Amino acid sequence: MSVQSAVLPLARTPLYDLHCELGARLVPFAGYEMPVQYPPGVIAEHLHTRAGAGLFDVSHMGQALFEGAHALRAFERLAPGDIATLHSGQMRYTQLLDANGQILDDLMVTRLADEGGRQRLFLVVNAASKEADFAHISAALPGFALTPLPQLALLALQGPQAAEVLENIVPVVSRLAFMRSAEFEFDGFRLRISRSGYTGEDGFEISLPAAKAEAFARTLLFDPRVLPVGLGARDSLRLEAGLCLCGHDIDATTDPVEAGLLWSISKRRRVEGGFPGFARVAEAIARGPARRRVGFILDGKAPAREGAEIETPDGRAIGRLTSGGYAPSLGRPIAMGYVAAQEAIVGAAVNLIVRGKPAPARIAATPFTPHAYVRRA
Amino acid sequence: MSNLRYTKDHEYIRLEPDGAVVGITDFAQSQLGDVVFVELPVVGAVLAEGAEAAVVESVKAASGVNAPASGEVIGVNSALEEKPALVNEEPNGSGWFFKLKLSDPSELDALMDEEAYEAFVKTIA
Repeated sequence: MSVQSAVLPLARTPLYDLHCELGARLVPFAGYEMPVQYPPGVIAEHLHTRAGAGLFDVSHMGQALFEGAHALRAFERLAPGDIATLHSGQMRYTQLLDANGQILDDLMVTRLADEGGRQRLFLVVNAASKEADFAHISAALPGFALTPLPQLALLALQGPQAAEVLENIVPVVSRLAFMRSAEFEFDGFRLRISRSGYTGEDGFEISLPAAKAEAFARTLLFDPRVLPVGLGARDSLRLEAGLCLCGHDIDATTDPVEAGLLWSISKRRRVEGGFPGFARVAEAIARGPARRRVGFILDGKAPAREGAEIETPDGRAIGRLTSGGYAPSLGRPIAMGYVAAQEAIVGAAVNLIVRGKPAPARIAATPFTPHAYVRRA
Repeated sequence: MSNLRYTKDHEYIRLEPDGAVVGITDFAQSQLGDVVFVELPVVGAVLAEGAEAAVVESVKAASGVNAPASGEVIGVNSALEEKPALVNEEPNGSGWFFKLKLSDPSELDALMDEEAYEAFVKTIA
């Protein structure tokens, strides 16, 4: 734990009392007191999300509005995603890059309807870096208004039954397609709901006034198909889905090409550039990166964790793990990490060094569990 | 006087006629969450008091299990290899870790009894 987080009091989300009532085990995370698990435990919560519907409190994440006359084009100066072509209600995954084309944070960007000649983007960034992200955006694009929205809570409802559950509470919400967002009404107040998430499942993310969050969460939990899910299962779900966790799998030492995030940079952006570190990213695209992020499935039962060294069977070090743990849906340990590009061959045998001993594994394609996104509702 | 003693690291040690059984407490398993793997010591290993003897892996993290007292490992709970969740289900029973032949039973005097351990848990829970 950093000195700062040990000194500063922990913040609480609007659902803190509900977490306590539900018997959550709370842990410090990104300056917040967050539920890591509820009484059923990480494995049960994980499996329930893959079979039914899991409710996640992600109110610690940073929500903000970015607006101005040509806000879409302007935002492209900070991120390589195709923002300028977004239609109202469309969302994209992208990254804030530094001058070397390396990753400061990853985020979701949604275009809202224009208002009074201003283009508007709704941003959701990671909790740990939200202040830094907002300061970075404001400083880099001074002609635009960046307004953090701490008065909003954020919930995620994820899983194959999420659409049916939410449709009962918010009619017509299941008509949203994947990576689309719209405003809805519940009990007289407005919600912004997108069909998105970070579990690999179909699902929704719901941004709503903090004062209404508990009532809305209770309404969802009243449905027997919904279980509350903590950060523990959120992590194992995203790992199985092969999704990067910022600060671990991607950070200011990795670029989007080696991280396997080139899909999030459109052809237009690869040609036009205009984002930080474009020259380096373009070179990595042209020549191929020196290393690549890959998945691993372990042969044995002992998990290999972040930081473990990756070796070839003859003992040559080729990289390190950036995430690793038990995959409840597979019933065995999995991991992600970077290896030298010439070693990034699916099926290749490697050893992951766990407590000084080699744990045999094979390089695997990600996602480990197939994505179940609903492309067209 | 009970045959159970506890460490500040949440191991228990229970004196039985054929040796001292070591495991982690119910509080410890509840803090760890779902146990997915246990690395046990080798039978015949001689452990010093406080030495790392086993590793317990939950979904999220690995934690060391130390020898509450010095001795030789005379048995391990190999059922944990197939069913590590026994640590969650019955930490004081079928979820035990290993058995020691104590080299100096008086070392147990320095450990907490049940009442002291319960009071200790209240200070951190």
